[in-house]
Amino acid sequence: MTPAAIRLTVNGRRVTSSAPPLTRLLDVLRGEWNLTGTKEGCGEGECGACTVLVDGAPVNSCLVPIAQMAGVRVTTIEGLKGKHPLQGAFVELGGAQCGICTPGMIMAAVALKSRPSTADMQAGLAGNLCRCTGYAGIYRAIRRATRSR
Amino acid sequence: MPPSVTHRQLLEPGTLAGALRLLRDEERLVPMAGCTDLYVLLNFGTLAPTRFLNLWPLDELRGIERRANVIRIGALTTYTDLIRAPIVRRDLPMLAAAAREVGGVQIQNRGTLGGNVANGSPAGDTLPVLAAAEAVVELRSASGVRQVPFRSFYTGYRETILRRDELIAAFEVPRLGPVRQYFRKVGSRAAQAISKVVMAGTGGARPRVAFGSVGPTVVRLPNTEAALAQGLPIAEAQRVLLSEIAPIDDLRSTAEYRRRVAANLLAEFWAHCGTGPRRAPVHRR
Ligand SMILES: Cc1cc2nc3c(=O)[nH]c(=O)nc-3n(C[C@H](O)[C@H](O)[C@H](O)COP(=O)(O)OP(=O)(O)OC[C@H]3O[C@@H](n4cnc5c(N)ncnc54)[C@H](O)[C@@H]3O)c2cc1C
Ligand code: FES
Ligand code: FES
Repeated sequence: MTPAAIRLTVNGRRVTSSAPPLTRLLDVLRGEWNLTGTKEGCGEGECGACTVLVDGAPVNSCLVPIAQMAGVRVTTIEGLKGKHPLQGAFVELGGAQCGICTPGMIMAAVALKSRPSTADMQAGLAGNLCRCTGYAGIYRAIRRATRSR
Repeated sequence: MPPSVTHRQLLEPGTLAGALRLLRDEERLVPMAGCTDLYVLLNFGTLAPTRFLNLWPLDELRGIERRANVIRIGALTTYTDLIRAPIVRRDLPMLAAAAREVGGVQIQNRGTLGGNVANGSPAGDTLPVLAAAEAVVELRSASGVRQVPFRSFYTGYRETILRRDELIAAFEVPRLGPVRQYFRKVGSRAAQAISKVVMAGTGGARPRVAFGSVGPTVVRLPNTEAALAQGLPIAEAQRVLLSEIAPIDDLRSTAEYRRRVAANLLAEFWAHCGTGPRRAPVHRR
């Protein structure tokens, strides 16, 4: 059984992957399409650095096979084109330090409802770890960006 | 490092019937749902099997609906589906509460109820809920359907009665009526942490109490339930509880800690859901 190539939409473009079907989405994004904004931290679902949106919902790209992505819309940090209000707010308000968690953190934050409460942010970002900022800068940035959204 | 996947094979049936035929006809196939357990093993390099069966596209295994006197929940239902479903929030709030405390949103968006049960970790957060609710597990194979009470599903540590040619298709939870429901997970933090002790319970005249992480499988505690039903003082019910559970020391916690937490949870549960004067809905953090 030779698996058919997998078609999906990534950041608005229709793409086809011919990677083996069990390849992690993370590896296809980084290796095949050179979308290296998505990071690998732990490779076991704990840190959220690899978070992308699948049909608008945050997913750990280290835990999904490309075969399960047929027909979906994937959005990575590159899909925000540097223009999303969250991106500017993270830069200005200390939401990023070393930056390894930042793409995943921002993708999880994009999926929060508008004007999230602190509890909403804590629940929505519970799957994203940051070793640098202590989270205060991240919450500040999200609060500002979602107010002006 | 990307794990090696080139030598692994994925079979992709278009229908449930096709999936069941493959399970009957092919050599050992490992079903693959949301992959939140399987891909941790794959990434660690400890996943031995090489052939998998993709269940994710099989919509016949999705959906939450009311049927006669049961709530029917498809095996591929994700935690996010459970949290959002009005039927679950209204009639089975302890399951919605459990789903909210699994992993973070990324895990909730992919992880499934069927995967939690099939994976069979005694710390699985939905297991005590299904045990307390007296759910029935629907197993399907090419040769038919079996309806198995959840309490007879596990036979030992991570061992179940599921045959190699069977899939979990759905869960049916009988209507619980107006009794109060309780769920509480105790772990090192609320999200992303495996439970050290997890409990679900229902109140009323016939209380039901189920615990996870206090033995090799999820347990219902009939003697403790009887003590509560007879109206014995809570300290007495706690003594019965401690004679009924057998937790162990492991890397997450000690047996002694688990015993104390279990006794405390029982008291909290009974204060919320018992027949006494204090009444409150399902526990929320
Ligand atoms: C970071 C992280 C946090 C987590 N937090 C929690 C937590 O808080 N609480 C908790 O309980 N769990 C937690 N988990 C574990 C996991 O997310 C759950 O057990 C989840 O429900 C597994 O479902 P899945 O669909 O992803 O299963 P998969 O990984 O796809 O499969 C798991 C097992 O079940 C089998 N299987 C799946 N579906 C079926 C079916 N329909 N019929 C027969 N066999 C089947 C598979 O063959 C496999 O053996 C966590 C995992 C991670 C990575
Ligand atoms: S790399 Fe995927 S969650 Fe850490
Ligand atoms: S900025 Fe360094 S881990 Fe978050």
